[in-house]
Amino acid sequence: MIANLPNYIFFFLAFIAIFFAIMVITAKNPIHSCLYLVLTMFAIAANYVLLNAQFLAIVQMIVYAGAIMVLFLFTVMLLNLNADSEPVKSNLMKFAGVIVGGTLLLLFTAALRKSIGDAEPVMNSIPMQIPNHSNVGLIQNLGWVLFKDYVFPFEAISILILSAMIGAVVLGKKEKVQLSTND
Amino acid sequence: MQEIFIDKYIYLSMALFIIGMVGVMIRRNAIVVFMCIELMLNAVNLLMVAFSAKLNDAAGQMFVFFIMTVAAAEVAVGLAIIVMIYRNTRSIDINVANKLKW
Repeated sequence: MIANLPNYIFFFLAFIAIFFAIMVITAKNPIHSCLYLVLTMFAIAANYVLLNAQFLAIVQMIVYAGAIMVLFLFTVMLLNLNADSEPVKSNLMKFAGVIVGGTLLLLFTAALRKSIGDAEPVMNSIPMQIPNHSNVGLIQNLGWVLFKDYVFPFEAISILILSAMIGAVVLGKKEKVQLSTND
Repeated sequence: MQEIFIDKYIYLSMALFIIGMVGVMIRRNAIVVFMCIELMLNAVNLLMVAFSAKLNDAAGQMFVFFIMTVAAAEVAVGLAIIVMIYRNTRSIDINVANKLKW
């Protein structure tokens, strides 16, 4: 029981993540979609902890579940959207979408089963220990790698964030000229 | 010690990615479509962290770190665009924004 505990935790988290991900795409109300997505993000963050990537788990919680989803919720509430204003897609399109997704899932599963079977000796030569005691995901190690090998991307990303911030302000500014709509 | 083999993580992130993809196809609410794109990004992040933990290599976790940053920037700009579309058309139905289609 105790020896098998990481597996049980993994299946529990996987169930939560997939269940709430399905709720995200089926919920009528965008606010509910948003809150379900937060729960999915938390399940993924817990999976990062299981993989001993503590730094990314914290970043996932702060950046995704905190900042990004608050931005989403803020926009949904600002636009005053609810289930009544929800545009409906025809049932044919929904059916086609689900068929495409199911077919892709089937295709990927078949390809994976084949390739995992082929790659078994290679993959199993590096067993993934859960809980793994490597310190690769700890903040000290990641900080060393970030500032030693990835300094240029780190600086480039700061410029990206600055330009995104300016872009968001410019886009969100009230326009003098209204775009005409002829639909 | 118990092992979780990498294929379980591949299946999990594949399922999350495909749920996100189906969501993009079946929803017309632009904000929900955007959330589904976030879900797909998260699925890929999960796979990269799993491989990084398996191969004991920090590069995968660095990539996830950068993907999260790019996702934050993308959300800021994308939501600004959605707010502008709503302000101009009074709707966030993605089929309203089909002027670029032809």
